[in-house]
Amino acid sequence: MTTVPTTQTAHHRPRKPFPLGRLLAYLALTLVILISLFPIWIVLKTALTGSRSLFTEAASLWPSEPTLINFKRVLGLVSLEEAQAAGGSGSAVNFLAAMKNSVIFTGLIVLGQTFFSAMAAYAFARLKFPGRDAIFTLFLVAMMIPGIVLFIPNFITIKNLGWLNTIPGMVAPFILMTPFAVFFLRQFFLSLPRETEEAAFLDGAGPFTIFWRITLPMSQGPLATLAILTAIGMWNEFFWPFLIAKDEASFTLPVALQVFKSQTPQGVPDWTGLMAGTFVAAIPVFLLLVFLGRRVVESLAFSGTK
Amino acid sequence: MTVPVQRETLVVPARAPARRRSLSWMVGYLFILPAIIGFVVFYLYPALRGLQISFTDWNLLSEPKNVGIANYQEVVRDPRFWSALGITVKYVLWNIPLQTILSLLLAVAMDRLVKSMFVKGLLIVPYLLSNVLVAMIFLWMLDPLLGIVNQWLDLTPIGKQPFFNSAEQAIPTIALVNVWKHMGFNALLFYAGLQAIPRTVYEAAAIDGSSEANTFWRITLPLLRPVTVFVLVTSVIGSFQIFDTVAVATAGGPADATKVLVYYIYQNAFGFFRMGYATAMSMVLFAILILFTLVQMRLLRAGESDLD
Repeated sequence: MTTVPTTQTAHHRPRKPFPLGRLLAYLALTLVILISLFPIWIVLKTALTGSRSLFTEAASLWPSEPTLINFKRVLGLVSLEEAQAAGGSGSAVNFLAAMKNSVIFTGLIVLGQTFFSAMAAYAFARLKFPGRDAIFTLFLVAMMIPGIVLFIPNFITIKNLGWLNTIPGMVAPFILMTPFAVFFLRQFFLSLPRETEEAAFLDGAGPFTIFWRITLPMSQGPLATLAILTAIGMWNEFFWPFLIAKDEASFTLPVALQVFKSQTPQGVPDWTGLMAGTFVAAIPVFLLLVFLGRRVVESLAFSGTK
Repeated sequence: MTVPVQRETLVVPARAPARRRSLSWMVGYLFILPAIIGFVVFYLYPALRGLQISFTDWNLLSEPKNVGIANYQEVVRDPRFWSALGITVKYVLWNIPLQTILSLLLAVAMDRLVKSMFVKGLLIVPYLLSNVLVAMIFLWMLDPLLGIVNQWLDLTPIGKQPFFNSAEQAIPTIALVNVWKHMGFNALLFYAGLQAIPRTVYEAAAIDGSSEANTFWRITLPLLRPVTVFVLVTSVIGSFQIFDTVAVATAGGPADATKVLVYYIYQNAFGFFRMGYATAMSMVLFAILILFTLVQMRLLRAGESDLD
């Protein structure tokens, strides 16, 4: 579970001889935090701005008359006439439906990929069968293949299966495994003590019972890490759903947002609507960070220490 | 950690262990079956199929026609391929040094000043946003007319800038946008690396009267080398595959100034339906990335000994 070696923070280093450097470091850090968060504030500010004040308040940091109309219209809560009056193009994208698709897309992949990869990782770590190491080596090699190499043939496969525009077509390449997930969980399973499993085995438990009742419960930390990394990656995945989903009914949020933007006619885009859509699309990752902050940070830090 | 195992449920009538063992390899296959299906259908097969398609002329509608290495010959001769590769390299050269140096400095600042998980959480917010959202946000902020950056720049001697709309500025702008996105995350990786350096090394240096700068150059940086190499190489490999930001922010424009390699491949495959040529180019990209991975492995080996 301690994926990040943080134990040594308890020691204190000798006092710094340069308080000036310390002050500068604080200033720099504050500046970076401001730069990191400023664009997100601008998104929210714009989303809360009425389309008329957009022109007069472009340089200001605060909407003088905050309104929820933009959120309402991207969520399809107002009539077409009202939406057009508020600056919408009329060809709005249904973000609520896209949100639903994104949740299904991400949720299915997180569950499937984590579970099936755990099964495979357990077999590679603990069970003996002919060809095991050769197959695992193939998995490792596959980790290096860039997405674009796979996406073109995979697109053809999905097209031939008649799965374009469907949830199965969108989740298929991800739901059963990724080489990284198998690799990561196998490393962890190898580090688990064997004694408990052996005791269960002597008690007559089969491999699946041991896997389900002992190995998985002992691996909640790594499983959560993997689930979080997968959730962030899939929530943000653009290329594959963009290839597969050509109907509005199957858009995920990143695709819906791109389409909403490209529907904007020549001239001034519907910025207030776009920013409301952007904010809505980001809410789930904000919630993930708020509720699982430490876990998310540690998972991300882990992803760089593999 | 306690394991919620009810003993009773595990006690099943004893079976002959010998028989169990002789069958156990089948159990192994059963466990890897779903993953193997996913692997064979969506990794192994497409990788080999891609190689095969790259030797054909195929528009998805008619039958693929074998053309031997003609696609690869075209890749070499295609000025737009070289231009796309050049633009990609230009992007990498803008993106990587800035991103790495800033993240490293930020990590050192975090290491000195911050224990707070809250601050680390704030710093990774940009990384959690999808590339599409990020592109959208900066399209708006850098909008020539109403974007807040240009509204503010207008008040300074610099004046309004075209950013995405200028052939010269578009690639640096996309690079800076992605620096913004990845800076906090990479800093977090460096920070994790810094935490792994034993504090006793710093104490010894302080006792020896080593200055801050000296300690940084002589101790921190060398001991951080494995992390640095890892972050650098994975970022470079990621940068070479840039697509989302370009697809959303500029669609390759203005005047092809941001037509990076993956965008050009995408155009050939799904715009002109030249599947053979597109896969041939993606194979070339793969070869370039393998080259980087090999370099990474060498550098990593070179960096291993420092902490031991």
